[in-house]
Amino acid sequence: MIKDYAGLAVKNLKRRGLRSYLTLLGILIGITAVIALITLGNGLRTAVISQFGISSTEVISVQAGGVNAFGPPGSGVTNPLRLEDVEAIEKLNGVERAVRRNIPTGKLEFKDEVIFGVIMSIPDGEDRKFVYEELNINPVEGRLLKDRDIGKVVLGNNFLTEKAGLSNPVKVGNKVRISDKTFEVVGITEKKGSFIFDNVVHMNENDLEALAGYGDKVDLIAVKIKDKGEIEKVKEDIEKLLRERRNVEEGEEDFEVSTPEAELETVDQVLGGVQAFIVLIAFVAIVVGAIGIVNTMTTSVLERKKEIGVMKAIGAKNSDIFFQFFIESGLLGLVGGIAGIFFGIIIGFFGTIGINSFLGSSASPKIDLILIFLSLIGSFLIGSIAGITPALRAAKQHPVKALRS
Amino acid sequence: MAKGKREVIRLEGVKKYYFMGENIVKAVDGVDMVINHGDFVAIMGPSGSGKSTTMNLVGSLDLPTDGEIYLDGHNIARLSESSLAQIRGKKIGFIFQSFNLIPNLTAKENIMLPMLFQGLRIDERELKAEKLLELVELTDRKNHYPNQLSGGQQQRVAIARALANDPDVILADEPTGNLDTKTGEKVMNFLEEFNRKGKTIIMVTHDPELAKEHAKIVYWMKDGKIEKTTKTKKAR
Repeated sequence: MIKDYAGLAVKNLKRRGLRSYLTLLGILIGITAVIALITLGNGLRTAVISQFGISSTEVISVQAGGVNAFGPPGSGVTNPLRLEDVEAIEKLNGVERAVRRNIPTGKLEFKDEVIFGVIMSIPDGEDRKFVYEELNINPVEGRLLKDRDIGKVVLGNNFLTEKAGLSNPVKVGNKVRISDKTFEVVGITEKKGSFIFDNVVHMNENDLEALAGYGDKVDLIAVKIKDKGEIEKVKEDIEKLLRERRNVEEGEEDFEVSTPEAELETVDQVLGGVQAFIVLIAFVAIVVGAIGIVNTMTTSVLERKKEIGVMKAIGAKNSDIFFQFFIESGLLGLVGGIAGIFFGIIIGFFGTIGINSFLGSSASPKIDLILIFLSLIGSFLIGSIAGITPALRAAKQHPVKALRS
Repeated sequence: MAKGKREVIRLEGVKKYYFMGENIVKAVDGVDMVINHGDFVAIMGPSGSGKSTTMNLVGSLDLPTDGEIYLDGHNIARLSESSLAQIRGKKIGFIFQSFNLIPNLTAKENIMLPMLFQGLRIDERELKAEKLLELVELTDRKNHYPNQLSGGQQQRVAIARALANDPDVILADEPTGNLDTKTGEKVMNFLEEFNRKGKTIIMVTHDPELAKEHAKIVYWMKDGKIEKTTKTKKAR
C-alpha cells in the first residue's frame, strides 16, 4: 500500500514545476552545511592546527604574560622570563631539557624592498636538535642552520613566493639585510601551512642576541620532558616554581604554561563554536525549508482539489488522500535532502583537497554513512511533518464541493 | 412491474437543502425512487432541477438533509465518511461529463486506481485493468496519458475505471456532454452493452432525445421534485 502511495507521489512530484523545487532550497542548504561540515571534519582541524603551528610532540611551552600580551610571544611583556628561570626549570624532576627561545621582530631588506617580520632564535648543540624536532622543520632548498654558523639565516617557505611580502623570491645564496646587518640565506624550509612558520627568519642565537640585544630576557621556554605520561605533573611543577620565583599567588599568574593538549583543546573549542554556528544556520535553513514545503503543499492541495474529489468519488477514503499527500510531502523533503547530501559531499571532498594542497597535509574526507542515512530519514521526516496540515486539509475536502471546483 | 426484480436503490422522501444565510435552497425536495437491478434509468431535467444533487446522493457522495437512501438494502443516509467511501468504491462507478481522469496517470493506471483504494494487490489490479481496456477497445492506448487521448477515448477509459471494482451501479453524469454526436453514440453503446450484461445504469442528462433513445425509465425532475416517470420503448 505504502509502495503504491509512494508510486503515486513520485508521479506527482515529476509533474511539479521548478517552483516546487525552489522551496527545497532551505532543506538543501541545511543538509549541505551539516554534511560538508562533517565531511571536512578532520581536514578543517588539521588546517587550523597547522595554521597556528601547534606542535604534535610532547613539549611544554612557557611564556610570560601581562597586561599587554598582544603581538609575538614575549613582546610587550611587563615582567619577562629570564635565563635563570630556564635554568631553574631545567633542574626540575621530570624535565629533560629546557631551551630558551627568543622571537623578536625585525626589519628585513631585499632588493630595495623592506618588510617587517618575526625572527626565531635557534640554539646550539643538543638544544638545536630538540628545537628542530619540536618545530618539525626541514629544508626544501639548501640546509638548516648549524652550530658556528655566523651571519647566516634560514627563511620560511613563503620567501620562495610573493607571500612573504617581497615581490622578488629569495634564493639560497642571496644576501638579505636584517636590522641593518647583512646575512646570507643558506636554506628555505618546507611549507608548514602556518602564517607564523612560513614567514619566519631562523637565526642562530649569538647572531640574534647581537642584533636584538635582549640580554638575559627570554620570550619562550620550550621544555622537553622525560616521560610523556607525566606531562600534567611537570606542567604543575613548573607553574609552582614560577609562582614562587615571580612571587604571585595561584590564580593570578602573569605567565602561561601550556601543553599541546591544552592548545588542541583551544582549537577544538574554536572549531566547536564554528560548528555550533553552522549547525544553527543549518537549523534555521531547515525550518525555512519546512515552511516552504507547507506552502507548496497547501498550494498543490488547492490546485488538485478536483482530483481529490475524483479520487473520493472512485472510493478513496480520507486516509487514502491523507497518506498520498503526506508521503508526497515527505518525498519532496527527501529530494532536498538527497541534493543536500550530494552538494555537502562535494564541498567536503573538494574542501579537503583544497586544504591538503594548501598545507601539504594528507587529511582525507570523512564520509559518514550513518550521518547520510540519518540525513535521508531526517529530510523525509521534515517534509512529511511539514505536509501534515496540507494533507489533512486535502483529506477533509468534501467530495461534491471538490468535484465542482 | 418490478416484481421479481432485485431492488438496488430506494430513495424515501429524500431532501437536500442548502442554507445560504437567510435563504434555503431546496435542491432536492422530497424524492421517492426505486431502481431495480438491471435498470437503465435517466434522470432528466433542466439545470437547477436537482438532478445532479440527486445523483450525488444516490452515489453516496453527499448525505441528505432528510429522508432515507438504501443501497442494496443498506441505509447509507447516516454513514460515516469513510464507510461511504468504501461502499461508493465497491458498489458504484462514476462517469463524469468532463471525464475527470487523473492527468499524471496513464489510461491503465487510471483504471487501476479504484482497485487500489479497495486494497487489491498490484498483480490483480494489472490483470483486471488489461481486461477492462480490452472491453472498451483501448488496449493499444493503455500507456497513454489522458492529454494524449481524444475525448471519446478518455470517456471510454472513464467507463473502464467505473467498472474496475465490478460495481452494481454505474452513475453517469452527462456522459456525452463534452463529446460530438458520433463519439457520444459510441460511448452510449458501451453503456447499453454493460446494461445488457447486467449493470444498473443511472444517467443524468438534460437531453431528452438521449434519455428516450437509450434509457428504459426516465424520471423527469423539476424544482427538486420528480414531475413524472415515463417508460421508453426500450422498457418493452
